[in-house]
Order: sequence, then C-alpha cells, then structure tokens
Amino acid sequence: MHILVLLKMVPDVVEDLEIAPDGKALDLEYLRMILSESDDHALEQALLLKERHSGKVTVLALDAPEVDDALFTAVAKGADRVVKVVGMDAGLTTRQAASVFAQVIRRETGLMPADLVLTGVQAIDDLDGLIAPLVAHELGLPYLGIVTRVSFDAPGQLVQAIKEYPGGVRGEFEVKLPAVLGMQAAEKPPRYVPVAKVRTAMKSQKIDCTPVPTLADGGWLSIEVVEMRRNEPAGHAEMLEGDPDQVSGKLCGILAERGLF
Amino acid sequence: MATCQICPATLEELPRYPEGTEILTCLQCGMCSGTCPYGDVMDYPPRRMIAMMRAGLLEKVFTSDSLLSCVACYACMAKCPRGIRLTEILLPLMKEQTLTHLPELPGELQKALQNTLRYGNPMGEPSRKRAAWVKTAGVPIRIFSEDRRPADALWFVECYTSYYPRGQDNCRATARVFHRLGIDYAILGNEEKCAGECGRLTWEPGLFETLMDYNMAVFQKYQFNRVVTSCPHAHNAFKNRYPALGFNWELEHTTPFLGRHLAQLKPLLTRKLNYTVTYHDSCCLGRQNEFYEAPRQLLQAIPGVKLIEMVHNRLNAICCGGGGGGMWLDTYFKAKGYERLSERRVKEAAATGADVLAVSCPYEVSRFEDALKVLGYDKRIIVRDVTELLAEAMEE
Amino acid sequence: MTGNVWVVAEQWRGHLSEITYETLALGREVADGLGVPLTAVLAGCGIKELAQTLGCADSVLYVDHPLLAEPIPELCAEALAQLIEARKPSVLLVPLTNVSLGVGTLVATRLGSSAVNFCKDIKIVDAKLQLICVMYGGKIEAAVEPAGDLAIVGVWPGARPADKGRSERSPSIEEATVTLEDSRVRLKRYIDPEAGDVDLTKLDVLVAVGRGIQSRDNIALAEELAKALGGAVAGSRPVIDQGWLPLSRQVGKSGLAVKPKLYVALGISGAPEHIEGMKDAKLIVAVNSDARAPIFNVAHYGIVGDVLETLPALTEAIEARKTASHHA
Repeated sequence: MHILVLLKMVPDVVEDLEIAPDGKALDLEYLRMILSESDDHALEQALLLKERHSGKVTVLALDAPEVDDALFTAVAKGADRVVKVVGMDAGLTTRQAASVFAQVIRRETGLMPADLVLTGVQAIDDLDGLIAPLVAHELGLPYLGIVTRVSFDAPGQLVQAIKEYPGGVRGEFEVKLPAVLGMQAAEKPPRYVPVAKVRTAMKSQKIDCTPVPTLADGGWLSIEVVEMRRNEPAGHAEMLEGDPDQVSGKLCGILAERGLF
Repeated sequence: MATCQICPATLEELPRYPEGTEILTCLQCGMCSGTCPYGDVMDYPPRRMIAMMRAGLLEKVFTSDSLLSCVACYACMAKCPRGIRLTEILLPLMKEQTLTHLPELPGELQKALQNTLRYGNPMGEPSRKRAAWVKTAGVPIRIFSEDRRPADALWFVECYTSYYPRGQDNCRATARVFHRLGIDYAILGNEEKCAGECGRLTWEPGLFETLMDYNMAVFQKYQFNRVVTSCPHAHNAFKNRYPALGFNWELEHTTPFLGRHLAQLKPLLTRKLNYTVTYHDSCCLGRQNEFYEAPRQLLQAIPGVKLIEMVHNRLNAICCGGGGGGMWLDTYFKAKGYERLSERRVKEAAATGADVLAVSCPYEVSRFEDALKVLGYDKRIIVRDVTELLAEAMEE
Repeated sequence: MTGNVWVVAEQWRGHLSEITYETLALGREVADGLGVPLTAVLAGCGIKELAQTLGCADSVLYVDHPLLAEPIPELCAEALAQLIEARKPSVLLVPLTNVSLGVGTLVATRLGSSAVNFCKDIKIVDAKLQLICVMYGGKIEAAVEPAGDLAIVGVWPGARPADKGRSERSPSIEEATVTLEDSRVRLKRYIDPEAGDVDLTKLDVLVAVGRGIQSRDNIALAEELAKALGGAVAGSRPVIDQGWLPLSRQVGKSGLAVKPKLYVALGISGAPEHIEGMKDAKLIVAVNSDARAPIFNVAHYGIVGDVLETLPALTEAIEARKTASHHA
C-alpha cells in the first residue's frame, strides 16, 4: 500500500498578520509559516493507515519558509520519503500550487502509483480553489472531501470514507482506488513527536528536492487581489469596557433589559 | 543539594556516570515512594522503578503511565538516604522513554510542548506580545534590544509572568520594587523565550536543548553581571544545565535577591498590611535550593504581617502540582480521580486561618487560586506573590 | 459581463438549505447591478416542486437526473459545466458549505474560468465584479477581481439575510438535460447523529466555548453560566475534537446551525466555519482576549478580556441580580 500526502505551508495567524506596503498582500517580514492544519490531519491519517496495513507514506510539499521542519517532523512521525519542490516564486495561488503538485506527481518517479492521495480539505489561504479536487481533476482520479474516517477493504480496490455534513450528519461513501481525499480530521489528533526525534531525522534523512516544472499557462483565467486589509471588527460589536466585575455588571443590565433571564 | 554540570543524556549512558552507579546502590527503603505526593497512585513509584531497572524490566515502567504522575517536586530526592539524584537525573530520563512509548500524549501537555517549541511559551501566545505588559508597569523598564547599554542585572521574566494577567501583577510589582531600590536592570522583552525547565523535567530534552541554544545566543548579545529571574523553574535550568553551554553569570531568583536587599528595602515598607500570612515553600526554591529563610524574612519585614506556618513547611512542603508537566495535566489527573495537589495544599493553608497564602513561583498563583475557587475558600484567603506584598507595602 | 447571474440552489435530503436563499439575495443585487437576469439552478432527482420557492430569481433552471439525487461534487460540477457551456452565464454563485464544497472548484477547472472563494459580499465597480473575501480564519479581508467572461464565486454563509432571498412569487421554470456517467464515488447511506441529551436548536440560550476555555475542567464554569441563564453549553469544533463536549453540542459548519435568543461565545475566535452555525442568533455576546478576534464582527456586544476571569464574574453578577429581584 502506498499513500501520497500533499502538504502546504500557510501563514501562521497566531502571530498578528500585517499588510504589505502596497496594500495588496500580507507583509512577509513578520510572517511565520505553519503547516496547514488539515494537511497535518491528512498526514496523521496516512500514518495511521500505514500502521494498520503496512506500506509506505510519501510526503510531497512545496518549498516555503519552515517547510523543512514540517518535512523532518513527518519523517520523525513515520513518513518513508519526503520530497520538496524547489525553485518557484513565492505566493503561488492554490490553483498554481495544485498544478505544480499534479505535474510533479506525474513526472517524478516513485510518487505514483499510489492507492490514496491525501491532503487537507481546505487551507486558510485557498482563495482561488482547493488542492484536493484540483489535483484529482488533473490526475483523472475520483475525489471526496471533508473526510473524517478512512478504511480499506482488502484487497484494496475500494476505500470506505466518512464525509461530514451539516447538523452532525455523516455520509458513508465508497470510492474506487486510486483516489484523492480532502481530510477534515484524522481519526486521532496529529501525534506528538519529541523534538529529539526530529533532530535525529534531520541528521539521518534527506529531503529529495525536485525542480518546479515550468508553470505554463494553467489554462484558466486568474484573479487579482486589488486590496487586502485586516478585518478590524470596529463598527459591529458594542464593546463593554472595564474589569471583569464592571463588564459583568453592564452585561447583566443589558440581558435583564431584554428579559433574557 | 549538589548541582550537576554534566549529566547523562540517555538511559544507556547512565551506568557510565557516578550518578548511574549510585542508583544501583539503592537500599529499596521506600522513603521516596512514601514521601511522593502521588506515590500511592503510581504503578511504579521511584523505589519500584529502580527495582525494575535492576531486574532489567524497565520496559514495563515505560509502558505504564506512572511517570505522568510525577510532578518533579524533589521530595523523593530530598529524602533519599543514599542521595540518589532521582528528580535531577533518573526521572527525566524515564520520562523521555515514556514519551516515546505512550500511544498518545495527553492533549493539553502536547499542546504546551508544541507551543513552547514554536512560540517560546506554553500558552501559544505570539512572541511579539511577550513584553506587552511593560507599558502597564507604571515605571520605566529597559529592554536590551532597544537600549544595548550594559546593565548590572538581566531580569529574566519568564512565560507565566509575562502573559498571564495574575503573572503580570507579579512582574509589575517586581518592576516597582526594583525601581524603588534603584536596581540597574534590563529585560529581554520579546526576544525572551521559555528557559525550558519544564521541558527538561517533562520528557522533552530535545525541546530543552533547542531553547537552551536559543537563550544562550541571546544572552551573549548583551552585557550584564547577573541574571535575576521571577521563575524558580528557570532558576533551576540556569543553575543546573545552562552552565554546560557556557552560562557563567551570577544567578538569583527575585525572592532571595530582594532578601539580600532587605536592609535597603525595610525603610521603604511604610504601609501596614495587617495580614496573617502563611508562606508556601515552592519545590524549586525550597527543597531544591534550600531558600527557606529569605522569603520569610521579607514577609516579616512588612509592617503588620504575622507569619504562621502550615503543617508541612520547608523541606516537607507539599508541591502545588505544577512541575514535571503537571501544569498541563490537571484534566488527566481529574479523569483518573486523583486529588489535585494544589487542593491538598490549599486545605492546609486554610487550616492555618491565614488571610494570605504567600508564594514565590508564578505557577502557584494560578494553581492555588483555582484550587481556592474549587474548594470555595476564595473569599477567606487570597494568594499573593511575596513581591506583590512587598509592592503593596511600599505604596503611599 | 452580459450573461445571467446564476445561483446554485443547494438541495440536500429533499430540502433547500438556508444558504440558497442567502445567496439568492446576494445574486439578486448582483444581477440588478449588472442589469442582467438572475437564474436559480436546481439539480436533483424528482424535486421539481422545490423550485417553487426560488421566486426571488427571474427563472429557475431545473435539471433532473438520477445520478444527481445526492450531491456528489464531481457529478454536480459536470452537470453545471454542461449547462454553463450551453447558456453562458457571466457569474455562478456556489454556496461554501459541506454539501457543496468542491463544486465551484471543479466547475472552474473544467471550464478554465476564474474562481474565487471565501466571498461574503459583492460590489459592482465600473460594471465589473469586486468580491469581498474573508480569509485566514476571518482575520483578513481582500477585495478581489475575477477575470474573463465567467466568474465562479464560492459564497460564505451569512452573506445576506435568508429572508431577503425568499419570495412569494412563482418563478418560471425551465427544464434542461445533462449527460452524466456513473461516478467512482458512491454514497452508501447517511448516518444521522444519535439524539443527544439536549437539542441545541430548540433552546433560547446557548453558552458556547472555544479553544479559549483552555481545558475540560473550565467547561464547568460555562455550565454554571448556562444554568444561571437557563440554557445549555455548546462548543466550537476544537472543543468537540478534544472530546471535552459531545458531538451533539457542536455548533458550526459540520455541527448544528442555531438561532437562539442569546448566544454567548466564550474564547471563540470566530472563524467562518463557526460563524456559519450561529450568525442568526438574536443577541450575540462575545468574550475573547484578542481584541481583533473576528467574532466581534458578528457579535452585538463584545468584551475583550480573560474568559476564565470574566466568566465566573458574569455568573456571579447574574445570580446576584436574580436573588435581588426575588427579594424585591
């Protein structure tokens, strides 16, 4: 069994996001990148499946600040091979990233054949598309998104997957392999790996680097961000000021006025 | 207690060090397990752990969750008649092994470790907000990155003191006291990251090493004669492990540091406080470093303060439960049905009839205040850091 | 842009979802702004009668096919693509919900057209669309212009009030056909959630906790507040994922959509996935230590502070007030 996991780094919103001087993009100076949360779940699901069925997990990522950390962490967690695409401009859109992924998957030996291609369902910067359906379309594979459970039937022609719907409803699906799944959450939260293990991985394993394919016209029309600004919540909520006792008093008054208790 | 400069890094290395052979001389007397606050709930308290080690059955210890209950309180180490460096040497190595054997690490602890690695603090707060409290201090505070002149002291503020509202009360108080004493100091501000002590005692030597490397590099950018820190855990890390990477500055925790300045401090303590105070000896300052008298002298210098001791004090004090990762394992302990140590301790405090439970470790403030609320004692007794009380006594 | 504005009517298990009407309301404004007709597109199997409620649109395009009975993104996208190729609208608005996620992306890639997600508002500037998009978990707003003759727009829940998209009018309904092949993705069955101890959708007061509650223990504090207010505790996804609250308490994209009289959001940042579940609450009060948390965009009252300090203070204030009014 071979599972291919696609990882993307996204801006870390814990550190406040600033806007670049041109007002159209994020300021890169204070920006830290972090592995997209649902991609981390995709990796965890792949590792769980590997543990259950034995096999291999290959990770493919696009070069970005701090991606090496994410890749060595993947190795420390149990990934067998990690590959990084290098040489591209910063700030690829999701559609461009998906195109790079698809082309590299076709070109690079050993990435295919895979039984499953797992990636996160959606990243916080997916402005013009989603990786999973885009890659599925490029590779001619079936796609299912918002997946929270994955299980293989022997001998591996089909995969059973659970998709989340509103209101706590779940859908039980059967998908023909090979397939692309957009993971919402792995069966367990992403595992912890000690820093020492990651440091060992840094010494013992290499990241395979592969050059970015020429980004020919992707055959789609692009979009333009004309302005970007921080979402200042000014003007909606009436803010109550004071220490906890003071604000509680004020709020209590408001709720009482409205007959809420 | 003796300190160690060079320590075995793995269990395999242990036998080659004097500490390792010491462990093999264990009498199996059981003083450690008997004094361990969670000894009765561990499958493998320290004595049994050593017995398993000698029997070549350590694997069983690693696959039990006993080590999750160790709060690194030094009680076992303090009582061991052989002087085996349990908390210092053996337990961290055991914890490291348990980490790799546990199928799943409790979520809160995992998050704390990941946050510390990534953001330099266990809360996951942005590093750029670490010095935000400075604006509210009410006195000028020098930050090294903005003003590179040498200072006599580097005040290492630490995480809970920087980010938590009650911790900020503490560091504001400290800043004011330093100001009145005319102490020449500066802080690292946003450049500061966790000293890593809880990472060290909590399973994650790799995390600790990463933080040590970082902090040493930052220290070497500036000039100062001594390091003063508000956090006893940081104090321990700097004292016991950082010297291996070249840390050779004089080192003090703020409480004994202020204790040394008692003569200058006393005339400034003009306001009468009329509190009955009971002092909690933190494990790191107390048992580990034997700083029992300095905090008590400071408290007694405050006009109107009457000191009363809890049943377990000084060497025998009961840990608040925050060390060794315990700070992030309360949910785990509760699920197991263990009594939280902070609650045990707070009951003792309440029994003294004191108005104030005085502490000198930032973990203790939040842990004891929580425990007071849970037990319903929060109207009877308040928690204050020694420095907060000193600042209060200085007010006009 | 000369083609119609199309809105995908989201049908699921025999019903049209609320977001259909929200998106119709938005689509109406866009169509009027561009001076073109508004068409609702309804795809399914044997659900033509649902088209009656789509009168906010000028017309409904109804596609009936057995393979469209359940919303499989690949099939929905293929059907839409065929319709678009034949009729050439200029805008396609697709809801961003669990049911329709992926459809917009697949249509856009099939047709090579411009695609934009995260849209919460649309302005017409110089006869062109300017999409206002909320990204990065709600923290950043971007104004985006699509290129070309067709823009595929993924619309967040809450872009417009659903009532604005409802109409008494009966729309004209046109039927269209598409050719579809069996998909390699098959829905076997739905699993409905077990009845929980409470039905959050029926309660007047909800006290919801997010990551800011910090630990399972602290949920007890929220329970006290809920009790004081006569309501129940709910949670955002991270709290449920950690196992601190059961699935029946989840509010948001994959959980419940609630419309209580009072929704108190404690330590919830306000990412769109959660907002989706509670934006229609009558009175929203949010407490968060981050003054810039996106939750303050939907809240009516906001408190910037430590949840763990404010929460008990609030409970106390309410209990005190209740006791006082009993004695009065």
